[in-house]
Amino acid sequence: MSERPNAVPNGSPNGSQAYTGEHLLEAKNLKMHFPIKAGVLKRTVGHVKAVDGVDLQVRKGETLGLVGESGCGKSTLARLILRLLEPTDGEVLFEGRDVLKLGRSEMLGVRRNMQIIFQDPYASLNPRMTVGNIIAEPLKTHNVGSSQGDRKKRVQELLEIVGLSPEHYNRYPHEFSGGQRQRIGVARAVALNPKLIICDEPVSALDVSIQAQVVNLLEDLQKEFDLTYVFIAHDLSVVKHISDRVAVMYLGKIVEVADRTTLYNQPRHPYTNSLLSAIPIPDPEKERERRRIVLTGDVPSPANPPSGCHFHTRCPRAQEYCKEHEPDLEPQEANGTGDAPTDHQAACFFPVMEGQRIEEPATSTPYRAGE
Amino acid sequence: MAMLEVNNLKTHFKTQDGVVKSVDGVSFSLEPGETLGIVGESGSGKSVTALSIMQLNPKPPVEYPEGEILFEGQDLLKASDSRMQKIRGNDIAMIFQDPMTSLNPVFTVGNQIREAIRIHQQVSKQEARERTVQVLKDVGIANPEQRADEYPHQFSGGMRQRAMIAMGLACNPKVLIADEPTTALDVTIQAQILELMVDLQERYGTAIIMITHDLGVVAQLADKVMVMYAGRAVEQGTTEEVFYDPLMPYSWSLLRSLPRLDTAGEVRLLPIKGAPPSLIFLPKGCNFSPRCPFVKEECHEIDPALEEKKPGHRAACILSVEEIEESKHRVDEQLGVEG
Repeated sequence: MSERPNAVPNGSPNGSQAYTGEHLLEAKNLKMHFPIKAGVLKRTVGHVKAVDGVDLQVRKGETLGLVGESGCGKSTLARLILRLLEPTDGEVLFEGRDVLKLGRSEMLGVRRNMQIIFQDPYASLNPRMTVGNIIAEPLKTHNVGSSQGDRKKRVQELLEIVGLSPEHYNRYPHEFSGGQRQRIGVARAVALNPKLIICDEPVSALDVSIQAQVVNLLEDLQKEFDLTYVFIAHDLSVVKHISDRVAVMYLGKIVEVADRTTLYNQPRHPYTNSLLSAIPIPDPEKERERRRIVLTGDVPSPANPPSGCHFHTRCPRAQEYCKEHEPDLEPQEANGTGDAPTDHQAACFFPVMEGQRIEEPATSTPYRAGE
Repeated sequence: MAMLEVNNLKTHFKTQDGVVKSVDGVSFSLEPGETLGIVGESGSGKSVTALSIMQLNPKPPVEYPEGEILFEGQDLLKASDSRMQKIRGNDIAMIFQDPMTSLNPVFTVGNQIREAIRIHQQVSKQEARERTVQVLKDVGIANPEQRADEYPHQFSGGMRQRAMIAMGLACNPKVLIADEPTTALDVTIQAQILELMVDLQERYGTAIIMITHDLGVVAQLADKVMVMYAGRAVEQGTTEEVFYDPLMPYSWSLLRSLPRLDTAGEVRLLPIKGAPPSLIFLPKGCNFSPRCPFVKEECHEIDPALEEKKPGHRAACILSVEEIEESKHRVDEQLGVEG
């Protein structure tokens, strides 16, 4: 799972030459400030800083998990990457090209390589279109397949790939259960053979027993089609399961990025630490033993974020210094190896070091087989 | 005798397409200070069980063809409306999943809590107000005097849920039914709310029925667990028994389909195939047989009753304890090879 072959350019017919860089996607200082308008004249009285200076790299073939509480800007970031929203500032580099500078027709070419799966399988499928038409829509938009028959064949193929049956072609979304609908959403996303798929909480709305089906499907498709995922979720167990690297967001900023093992075993940012300690573990004994860091209060409003480090109002380790200075995302040293900086980045002046972690992570299997 | 005892409860809804057996023969009991976790997927009958205890299912179409709900010896299914009104909110209170829709947007939060107190207890307006401020303080809302005069929209999601809990606890109920109280909340806020519930339970000795689909929440709070599937209780036991030694293939599969923090990524998830059955067209034999990983020929014929497999630990499966253990082991080994 962790070793995936690098994605090979999948012969996109729009003629873009093969891109050889390490990062498929890169966001640089990305900002989205929504104006708050008030009064009769609708004058701008402030800004909601939904995304406030995000730097993010997504490597080819990897799954980058993106976690954070509701309102932290995860979904806005996803929409900025796809250019469904025009950012206030910053760059989005897809295969090295700045997507935000592209014209309409060039954008169309990039779009076929970037797709999205939405959270709510009920709201994201048009109830008046048949499943066949829903999945064929991206094919039509991008003129794939010469005739309707061609496209139909491709759609039926896609239905099979996602574990539905080709006979479902003429049915309507209401005839399917939540899990099946999400499979339709997945089929639509992979229809054009994209390189990047943004999964915006794809399993949050599903029942536990169905979640695993969709997670496994996404994993299979990734292997089969060399896909790169940005996987947004608030369920940290699912994110840990599927991601190679994980980024944690708080109030419009990335506060920590690391590969999943490092992030879950040695979180440096106090916010990551408390998020991890808040996950309920399905193991009664472990639950009784562990200590949680219960954060006080709610996430502050992004319209009026706290001064200095945004997290200082809820941080158990905050000091005077944090109220006035804003930390940058900086490489963290690996434990015990002294000066060697790693891929692990965190934005904190007083990071949680070895042995300072308040709650110890679960180490053994909760379900003890065969005992 | 237990404080709350539910015996063979059946809650059926008459619809145009047929009778929907939302709850079909569920029994459990609850002692003071105890926490019962009810787990299951959507549509398994968890919420309808809770609403049956509160007698809040719309009538018609609801019918209770069989069973009894004994609260301190009195059958709530036979209680008069006026008696029920006295019990509801006073002896048995309920917290709903969505604090956004269960608070009235046109009244202040304080007003809504006072209403519950004034209906059930003979207190002056002044006393009711003081008590309101006190419960808001109990649930950890800062500036309770001011906050009591604010409207629900001025509260954040977590605070609204706290206000709901305050309302539920306002009359010191003996039983608190919490129907997915943290599902709509972020993990950090969820941790706050769960901690609060444990704290309040210790202080007031309230018995809690915790309805959730989150097995982690159950592991954290519950003393005993009831697993529901398609309107039936399919497994009942202490939390340890159900989590460490599940004896019904459904409970086992549910635990195996969860991504885990400790093994995440190394072991492939084992999903439960298919989807929960329609409650109108239930499969023949065992309701879980079309999705069961341990299914046998007979499972499609015999509808298993909930029976005691080990002392105090009940499960609905025709397989013997040995057969279940062996099957669990076999699938685990296959999985180990795959992973």
